Amino acid sequence: MKKLASVLLSALMAASLVACGTATDAGTPAEPAATEETTTAAAGEEGKVLNIYCWNEEFKSRLEDHYPGYEKVDATSGKIGDVTVNFVITPSDDNAYQNKLDEVLPANASAAADDKVDIFLVEADYALKYTGAEPAVALDVKGDLGLTDADLANQYQYTKDVVTSNGVLRGVSWQGCPGVLVYRRDIATEVFGTDDPAEIAPLLADWDKFNEAAGKLKEAGYTITCSANDTFRVYSNNVTTPWVVDGKINIDKNIEKWVNDSKALVDAGETGTYDLWGDEWNAGFMKDGKVFSYFGPAWLINFCMAADEEGSVAHDGGWAAVEGPQGFNWGGTWICGAQGTDNPTLVADIMKQLTCTESVMTDIVKKDSDFVNNKPAMEAAAKDDSFAFPILGGQNPLAMFCAGADKISMANISNYDQGCTEEFQNAMKNYFDGNYKTYDEALEAFYKAVEEKYPELTH
Amino acid sequence: MSENAIKNNTTSKGMNVHARRTIAYIVLSILSFLCLIWFYILFINATRSNSGLKTGFTVIPGRFLIQNFTNMINGTVPVLNGMLNSVIVAGLSAGLCVYFSCMTAYAIHAYKFKGRNSIFTFILMIMMIPTQVTALGFISFMGKLGLMDSFVPLIVPAIAAPVAFFYMKQYMDSNLPLSLLEAARIDGCGEFKTFNSIVVPLMKPAIAVEAIFTFVSSWNNYFTPALILSTDKKKTLPILIAQLRSADWLKFDMGVVYVTIAFSIFPVIVVYLILSKYIVGGVTAGGVKE
Amino acid sequence: MSDKKYKHKQKSMVVSYNRWGYIFLIPFFVVYLVFQFIPLVTTIYNSFFENYRSGLTQIGPNFVGLQNYITIVTNGDLINYSKNTMIMWIIGFIPQIFFSLLLGAWFTDPSLRLKGQRFFKTVIYLPNLIMASAFSMLFFTLFSDNGPINSILVNLHLLAQPFKFMSNATAVRCLVGFMNFVMWFGNTTILLMAGMMGIDQSLFEAAEVDGATSTQVFWKITLPILRPILVYVLITSLIGGLQMFDVPQILTNGTGDPARSSMTLIMFLNKHLFSKNFGMGGALSVFLFIITGILSMIVFKISYAGEVK
Repeated sequence: MKKLASVLLSALMAASLVACGTATDAGTPAEPAATEETTTAAAGEEGKVLNIYCWNEEFKSRLEDHYPGYEKVDATSGKIGDVTVNFVITPSDDNAYQNKLDEVLPANASAAADDKVDIFLVEADYALKYTGAEPAVALDVKGDLGLTDADLANQYQYTKDVVTSNGVLRGVSWQGCPGVLVYRRDIATEVFGTDDPAEIAPLLADWDKFNEAAGKLKEAGYTITCSANDTFRVYSNNVTTPWVVDGKINIDKNIEKWVNDSKALVDAGETGTYDLWGDEWNAGFMKDGKVFSYFGPAWLINFCMAADEEGSVAHDGGWAAVEGPQGFNWGGTWICGAQGTDNPTLVADIMKQLTCTESVMTDIVKKDSDFVNNKPAMEAAAKDDSFAFPILGGQNPLAMFCAGADKISMANISNYDQGCTEEFQNAMKNYFDGNYKTYDEALEAFYKAVEEKYPELTH
Repeated sequence: MSENAIKNNTTSKGMNVHARRTIAYIVLSILSFLCLIWFYILFINATRSNSGLKTGFTVIPGRFLIQNFTNMINGTVPVLNGMLNSVIVAGLSAGLCVYFSCMTAYAIHAYKFKGRNSIFTFILMIMMIPTQVTALGFISFMGKLGLMDSFVPLIVPAIAAPVAFFYMKQYMDSNLPLSLLEAARIDGCGEFKTFNSIVVPLMKPAIAVEAIFTFVSSWNNYFTPALILSTDKKKTLPILIAQLRSADWLKFDMGVVYVTIAFSIFPVIVVYLILSKYIVGGVTAGGVKE
Repeated sequence: MSDKKYKHKQKSMVVSYNRWGYIFLIPFFVVYLVFQFIPLVTTIYNSFFENYRSGLTQIGPNFVGLQNYITIVTNGDLINYSKNTMIMWIIGFIPQIFFSLLLGAWFTDPSLRLKGQRFFKTVIYLPNLIMASAFSMLFFTLFSDNGPINSILVNLHLLAQPFKFMSNATAVRCLVGFMNFVMWFGNTTILLMAGMMGIDQSLFEAAEVDGATSTQVFWKITLPILRPILVYVLITSLIGGLQMFDVPQILTNGTGDPARSSMTLIMFLNKHLFSKNFGMGGALSVFLFIITGILSMIVFKISYAGEVK
């Protein structure tokens, strides 16, 4: 049965590829005529309602704008052919979104046809909770849904790592969110005598140089970053061991390095301990701010640096980008097919259209300024001057993003990343602020907090 | 003549009335400032753009009020619908809560039946159980009853509100003499009718108080509705605000968040002002006086 | 004969009246049973089990006896977080009850003849109308390191450099207490005033004629009549205090920082809800229930001490 289904699926894939006129992939089945018939039969057996669980409207607008044949009905529903598409939006505050998923996913197979979850979205921090669940709640993208390695060949490896559990890929993403270091040109000129990215890059190429630069900036009255939390993601994306090894909480060397480096920076007054998105953090985007640099992906640069506000650095294109000490990823949404769905063909096709089809991906870059998960599309954009960022004074940083995306390794993620990351940053903030006197005391607090969240762990 | 005497008396015994009055006005003004400043800040923030809000706090309103408001109305988050839902949920909760709490309190207050004291103690005990504790059990049980994504679990439980009951009971203790009820009985009034036509009107101040409290807490409740409601059309305002706050970076707009908060406070203020006349307007529980 | 019959009739009348007591209790108990009691029994039952979710995997339920209770007591969590909760409650409650009684006394004092009473009475409850989350957002902005409060203090030369409110245990506790005070003192005043409405104005007038000072009027007339409502206020504030959650939760982003010094019992309970740890959560709630019960009993006993029923 399963075998038959996957044959049908790959047949349909091929059919849709032909329809889109981008049939560059291999694997076209032998008998198109037979395929035609069975496909319609299969479609007839599938559900009439496609339920998509998500926490905001991002995916909805991607589907509305870029999925061929999607008709918008109202704010939270649409139609694809005769299938009604419903978006079930639960905000992520208070863990409400995951609570919702935990409630419905395990019982999905026995839910009424029209109430079944068909697609749900996840973020990197907790992806493995769903993709690694036993019994599985997310469909195997290749085995169950029939996407091929060739389909997925152009996606960045790390975007697959995030949703791969025990070697099985259980989700796909249309986005990549590699980040770069953006710095203020005016401060660079004042302190380092130049604002040219080519000359600044070597000064920030690794953590030792980065910390050295922090000292120089401090002498001139600036902080290198707003907060120690700015760099956390950069260190933690480059770990060689996961947060949890055999049920024991594990602190990676690079994470320890973050603590030591940051403690030194904070003690020297070269950075702060503010929360990301807080008032102080936002204040650094303004000209009278004292923050030299931020770490961020394209979306942060384009949409979060108050470019439309007079008096902001971004308004006058006063930033520039370099790769920075290490590559990292910030953000991104992954699409998972829910186990028990009654619309596997449609789910597969949505995944394929939105994450594998180059023309669709290029459209997303143009329309939504996403950094899409498609190497050729991004590499073409990197060479295209029309993709230059006004906020970066006309610099086109996409080549840097591409290089960064290739270097990111997310193979060391674990089920527990969300809780560990949150609690670790929190405990260390208290350590930096002096509310915990020693690193060991902070570490104890961290262990305690994590073990409350995940009672099965020890240290 | 006698008024003079009183005045003299007061001056000699206590602090001068004028001094006390001045102190009272000063303290009241400070407290009022503390109470109102938040509305002013909310208003200011609602008039500013997302980027503008990043520049920090100002005391002068910005120019984006209309813009934010239009963005809110035209946005994909159904705020108007949410307001209607909130009105239904909070209004019915408040109505059911005060009526049935009053009824429960009356049962304990007016009738001497067997087990009365133990029931009273029982309700006092369950009052002490934190709601968060039972929340998850509540949600899964509602799932079994097939009441997910429905208003019922948000409204009906208001009937059994131990805190409102306790307040009604305490209020009856000080303000509802049993002699009055005996009189009604002698007049041949049925028990149910006595309750509806004599007790309820006498309880007006207490009812108004509890109605406001219940309405406001239901209006501002996020935790339970967020777990129960999933259809956008059925969501209440706090969920929609949370949704706006967790919007993706392309749509995220703090100005709209603030304008929605301001907009969602507005109806509560109206309800409060309507009901508050029973509390602050000097309505005396006329018939209660012995 | 007729006498006997009358007596019998009267007795049955009392009984039939009192039957109404049960009838009037039906809605409460039916709803309570369905919506609260079943979840509650599950909660208590669960406290004797190891029962949580790891990701999507259900661990347990495995019967562990009193292990959950022992864990909470022995690792010091219960004492710590009870202490935090009580400290923050008291910081907020003292000004709250003080100002409520003061305002109540002023508003009912005929000799003061305060103008604009309506306005003041209306205004004091308004902060309660703002969602706790929105309120905390505003506080965050006001008290941030570069926020308006700091810049005012620095400009007035009261501080040499911005004070980090959010990194100082006492400051955070005081902020939480202060927010609770601002949010709830109006509520308390309204409760007290609604109680005062029932007080016969002629009592005050008589007292005035007799030459009583307002302090005497307050202690001798207002307070005794208010006693049932006051007991209500004390007990519900205490319960509300022990259940303190939203304000510190949102102000500290759920962390109870610095170093968990503002972590309340319910915030701690909320931590266990993350893993749907019904075992630990259940045990904690039973403790909470016992603590609240004991404290309320004490308040109740003290308030009614010496009073003849």
